[in-house]
Amino acid sequence: MSLELLVALGVGVLTACGVYLLLRSRLFDVVLGLMFISYAVNLFIFFMGRLATGRAPIIQNGVPATLTSYADPLPQALVLTAIVISFGMTAVLLAIAVRGYAENGHDHVDEDGDRS
Amino acid sequence: MNASLLLWMLLLPFAGAVLLLLVDNNHRRRSAWIAGLITIAGCVLLAVLAAAVFDGGMVRFRVDWLPSLGVAFGLRLDGLAFLFALLILGIGALVVLYGAYYLADDDPPARFYAFLMLFMGSMLGVVLADNLIVLVVFWELTGLSSFLLIGFWRHREDARQGARMALTVTGFGGLALLAGVLLIGRVVGSFDLDAVFAARAQLQNSPLFMPILLLVLLGAFTKSAQFPFHFWLPSAMAAPTPVSAYLHSATMVKAGVFLLARLYPALGDNDAWFWIVSTAGLATLLFGAVVAIFQHDLKGLLAYSTISHLGLITLLFGLDTPLAVVAGVFHIINHAVFKASLFMAAGIIEHETGSRDMRQLNGLWQTMPITATLAMVACAAMAGVPLANGFLSKEMFFGEALAVDTHRLLTFATPIAATLAGIAGVAYSLRFIHDVFFNGEPVGLTKIPREPPRFMRVPVEILVVVCLAVGIFPAVTIAPLLAVAAQAALNLPGVEKLPVYSLAIWHGFNFSLLMSLIALAGGVLLYIALQKKINLHTITRLPGDAKLLFDVFIDNLVVVAGWITRITQTGSLQRYLLLILIAAIVAGVAGVWLAPSPAGSTAATTAPANMIAVAMALIGMAASIGAVVMYRQRLTALILLGATGLVVAMTFVYFSAPDLALTQLLVEVVTIIMMMLCLKFLPAQSAPQKNSFRHWRDAVVAVIAGLGVTWVVYQVLTRPFNSISPYFLRTAVGEGGGANAVNVIIVDFRGLDTLGEIAVLGMAGLIVAALLRNMPMQNTKLGAPDDAKVPGNAHRSLLLQIVAALLLPLAVMISIYFYLRGHNLPGGGFIAGLVFAIVWILQYVAIGRFNVESRVNADYATWIGWGLLVAGLTGVGSFVAGFPFLTSTFKYFTLPVIGAVPIASAMFFDLGVYLCVIGATMLVLSRLARVNDPAGQRQPERTP
Repeated sequence: MSLELLVALGVGVLTACGVYLLLRSRLFDVVLGLMFISYAVNLFIFFMGRLATGRAPIIQNGVPATLTSYADPLPQALVLTAIVISFGMTAVLLAIAVRGYAENGHDHVDEDGDRS
Repeated sequence: MNASLLLWMLLLPFAGAVLLLLVDNNHRRRSAWIAGLITIAGCVLLAVLAAAVFDGGMVRFRVDWLPSLGVAFGLRLDGLAFLFALLILGIGALVVLYGAYYLADDDPPARFYAFLMLFMGSMLGVVLADNLIVLVVFWELTGLSSFLLIGFWRHREDARQGARMALTVTGFGGLALLAGVLLIGRVVGSFDLDAVFAARAQLQNSPLFMPILLLVLLGAFTKSAQFPFHFWLPSAMAAPTPVSAYLHSATMVKAGVFLLARLYPALGDNDAWFWIVSTAGLATLLFGAVVAIFQHDLKGLLAYSTISHLGLITLLFGLDTPLAVVAGVFHIINHAVFKASLFMAAGIIEHETGSRDMRQLNGLWQTMPITATLAMVACAAMAGVPLANGFLSKEMFFGEALAVDTHRLLTFATPIAATLAGIAGVAYSLRFIHDVFFNGEPVGLTKIPREPPRFMRVPVEILVVVCLAVGIFPAVTIAPLLAVAAQAALNLPGVEKLPVYSLAIWHGFNFSLLMSLIALAGGVLLYIALQKKINLHTITRLPGDAKLLFDVFIDNLVVVAGWITRITQTGSLQRYLLLILIAAIVAGVAGVWLAPSPAGSTAATTAPANMIAVAMALIGMAASIGAVVMYRQRLTALILLGATGLVVAMTFVYFSAPDLALTQLLVEVVTIIMMMLCLKFLPAQSAPQKNSFRHWRDAVVAVIAGLGVTWVVYQVLTRPFNSISPYFLRTAVGEGGGANAVNVIIVDFRGLDTLGEIAVLGMAGLIVAALLRNMPMQNTKLGAPDDAKVPGNAHRSLLLQIVAALLLPLAVMISIYFYLRGHNLPGGGFIAGLVFAIVWILQYVAIGRFNVESRVNADYATWIGWGLLVAGLTGVGSFVAGFPFLTSTFKYFTLPVIGAVPIASAMFFDLGVYLCVIGATMLVLSRLARVNDPAGQRQPERTP
């Protein structure tokens, strides 16, 4: 199995898990799904810079500054901030879940309770 | 010289509009003077430029606008533009004068004239445009300004409705025109009129010709109120009469036929044009003429008459012969003149009697003989009576109708239809005269009729004199203007190339004269018959009210919109999420399906996966699938989620992304702590979902999404790669002052992004804090506050306390170390901040929240503020050095142990990131920890 197929499958599994959990009716489960989706999306963006092993984008003297010597730094920079932002988003959603539970007595995503 | 005069002529009305907005509405005459002077100045400029046009030349002004797209701000004054500019400015001047007397005391004159000037400028822009984009822009402006004019009496329901309808219909046409023009530009490669004319063959052979033609004609037909888009025009009669006189005789509705004339050289002279334009024109001609007879409202009669005459002009352009185009241009002039005078006469009558209803207005000959005479002459022109201008163009029209020989059906149909329309035209003209000025005594008028103020009649007098002058001495008065205008409409190189036509009144006894006679006699007979047999006054339901249809259409549109809203907006977020996901899948599949497949689908770049990679992937997949299977057991799912996160972090390590790996690892830790804190309040188990259909449906959606993503990732990874990143690699050290390209991008190249992101993170922290304040606890599973279950107050482990205490200074040092080295090695503000936050939360766990917060300032919201302030000020600092926001400058210093440290401005920026990350993370965690902490509730909040 090629490395490309392996990582593609990995992202696919994470996406599928995320989508399934997103469609659940409880906010906590939705947050779990969102975390999976975050993993999948972050990896997706990261892999768009292609797969590079042993070539961290730390510039060293005498090594030509090309993509054959270093991994693509741009998707990495994008994903780094994305990880932190998805943390912020998760925090807000969890706070909503907790507050919603405290106010309504349930953590169903729809305000007026269990319809499923 | 001439070019700048042309520009001034266009800009003057707009300048006037701005000036008028500054004028106080209480000065009743001042606004009229300003508008009048501006219009006269425009006329003078036009007169100065006339010489150049009549010499067979053209005046042009041009500034490049978007040269790469073939868009230039180009103006041209050729014969056609000159003719229209003359009508716009000339009749405009008369309307300004007329309006000064027409407006009532409570009508704000400054606003009226400002709108009028705005409209005048827009109309001039349309006719002077030398570039189709410029034309469309001004076209839309005429739509907007006419909306303001028609709805001028905004307190009146019918005025607002009429304005809205005019805007809806013509705005829709304007959009179609824009689409058509864009297609023309696509075929021709330029929007300049000359280029479009030159590309005539290319346009007409293009597969896009039919869409282009239809779209452009849709624009022209809606504007010129052609059947079936005619209904907005009668509704627009709710406008003040000067507006009607201006918009519906010389300007707004003429913009449509102007467009036909303007684009005739490019789009005309082919079968499609012939059939579509002539059919629309013929239908409109007949329909308008017949319906006009049955109107009781004076302005309604004139409105349908206008529709009919516009149909006539359209038909002439549709007949698709050079001579017909000449006749069309001629009738544009004549119609503008007699219809403007008739509208003004109708306005005078309304002004002096208080009514426009022909069932009330009778016998005005007794009280208003001068106005009556003027109106009668104008009506004669409208009916096509000899010696008035309308007769000449109508004769030409009849001649052209007879000349149709290319299509057998129309050879007979056109002359017959033309004669029928002529009969109806005579009948409604006769009704106007007979019903208003004779036919007994007035019925129930609120005012006593009398002649209007002297100068209110002047514009009508001037126009009627023009009617007669053109009608009696055509060769002297109108011939040169008609020649240059027709030449431009046909895009001929010179006047001498025009087809031969004669403007004489008497051509001998021929078929067109016979048709005129039949029309006159038939019209008189028809009117007498209608009055005798059915008495027009008794008809209450008027035929052809397409406005009702429009209203029904709009009502149904609202009903359908409501229906769609009801079935899609059920209020269930769960359902919305499903729909969004399905839409995303459909969009993704459609994108892949429809887009051309990128080249190079070889798997040339693939490398075999080694055992470690496969094992890692399997662990990750097993953990995530396990989390899904066990999702109802929340703690288990959380642990499995953490395992998945670790595998993601390992993936980053494996594929050369140490910064990402560190960040992922730390965020994972913080997230898991956060979620476990939440599980204190939430049920440990998810409620069971019995609906198995839902499970299967969601599973299917999930699997499709997963397969799609897998496919896309695989396809992308096996294709060649073209990145902008070598730029960052090359310039990271030289321009950013750091060897860690990722960190340099974050704090320097994309610093503004990062500033936005830490702001978002900070806001997220504040939102969490706000959400968790003063929570009602009785509903949560904790119920009343209970110290034992809060981590901070739990029975503490001595070992943990010692470890945490020992770890604290060490971890803070590591955090600072990560921060300092981040520019050159993996690290940076994000990572350092997270390390700090984690070790700090460990103190909470070890010695309790109260103990921590009583010793140090735990007002984390201010940390966020300081972080944002530091980062923002760093950005502003580069202004001081004369560089754009967030430009990084740097210099290296050598510190003991750590080595060379860049004192770059980026470093201060990263300090902002560092503080903000600590602040936000700690704010979230500490607030979650203290939600039901009695100590927390008692302690006064430090932050508001």
